[in-house]
Amino acid sequence: MSADLLGLHRPGTTLLHRLSAGSKLGALLVASLVVVLVRGPVSALVFLALGFGALAWSGARLGVTFRAMRWILVTAALLGAWTAWQSGWPRAVEAVGDLLALVALATTMTVTTPVDEVMDAVTRALQPFRRVGVNPEAVGLAFSLMLRAIPSTLSLAGDTRDAALARGLERSPRARLVPFVIRVVARARDTGDALHARGIGDD
Amino acid sequence: MSNSRIALDRVTVLVPTQDGSRQIIHETSFDLTEKRVALIGPNGSGKSTMARLINGLVTATTGRVLVDGLDVAKHGRDVRRRVGFMFTDPAAQLVMPTAREDVALSLRRTHPHKAERLAAAERVLADFGLADFGDRSVHALSGGEGQLLALAGVLATSPSIVVADEPTTLLDLGNARRIGDLLLGLPQQLVLVTHDLDLAERCDRALLIKDGRVDFDGPATETVARYRATA
Repeated sequence: MSADLLGLHRPGTTLLHRLSAGSKLGALLVASLVVVLVRGPVSALVFLALGFGALAWSGARLGVTFRAMRWILVTAALLGAWTAWQSGWPRAVEAVGDLLALVALATTMTVTTPVDEVMDAVTRALQPFRRVGVNPEAVGLAFSLMLRAIPSTLSLAGDTRDAALARGLERSPRARLVPFVIRVVARARDTGDALHARGIGDD
Repeated sequence: MSNSRIALDRVTVLVPTQDGSRQIIHETSFDLTEKRVALIGPNGSGKSTMARLINGLVTATTGRVLVDGLDVAKHGRDVRRRVGFMFTDPAAQLVMPTAREDVALSLRRTHPHKAERLAAAERVLADFGLADFGDRSVHALSGGEGQLLALAGVLATSPSIVVADEPTTLLDLGNARRIGDLLLGLPQQLVLVTHDLDLAERCDRALLIKDGRVDFDGPATETVARYRATA
């Protein structure tokens, strides 16, 4: 249930909602570079606070968002433990802080921006590249599909886990991973068929 | 043949296998001029493949598929503007995050201006009783709501033919009846792949498909009776 809410547009009137999709995409790109390039645990904690501050400002329901992010948080915890063991706590704080800050900023972007506007912004930004063979409409659509794929893929992971549980195979990585990959590929093919059937990409 | 809305002319379909290829549609020809046509038959008989041939989701290995005289292999884009396709699972068909955005995606060609597109999407949602679902995640819709939204997305572009591939299979009785009634009441020509024989019986004509061939073709009541007798 909560998976569907991660990255879903939530209408609102905050400044973040009123900014254009293009400016938010540009800001996200710059912020991502800054987060990755500026090193150190202190800066990571500052970025983390800014990321979740922006998310709170966007009007996203934080409790629901945290529940939707629970697998990302588990992954971040594992990453943190591994990095702490391999490289020490400062590196672990930096890695986890940067990862979660980027997730929060990206979620802020999707919560405050309808996908239709993201598609238009990406399509507009890539128009100059049409002469070198880039299809701006296709790239814009790919952005939108990526956002739709987040809850869809999480749902498939849940279905696969349930199927493994029902067969008493919950401890078998193979019983969970192989069907999951097959389902994701099948869903991707279905999505391609759906787009084809709707004439998307024909123009 | 050219007067038919949909025509398969000596069509075969082969799919590649590890050993070479397997023929899933044997040489088949038929014209579909009736308003409501059902394709029925066992699982794996080739019904869905035949339906998918109509808008080019599956390509004929030999032979031709014509829609309003247009060869699907040569005029796929024009054919897809005439033929709306509804899948069994709305989760596969709905590709945008929210209901409004998904309908708007269908309207991008006909409504290039965003404000007009969103207004048109709102009208389509309202027409299908989905006005309150605009901001709802497509992932959070029930099976019946999702299939209704999928149908809204298909009809938003005003196709002249609707092909529905087992649209009620995943639905409960009430929603199956609702979607079935909607489909059979459409002004468009309908090609309906279904296991719901009560629904198939309400069509004008039905084709019984078995082993990649048309086993029987006639008025829907006769075809359904034959299928019931032989299944």
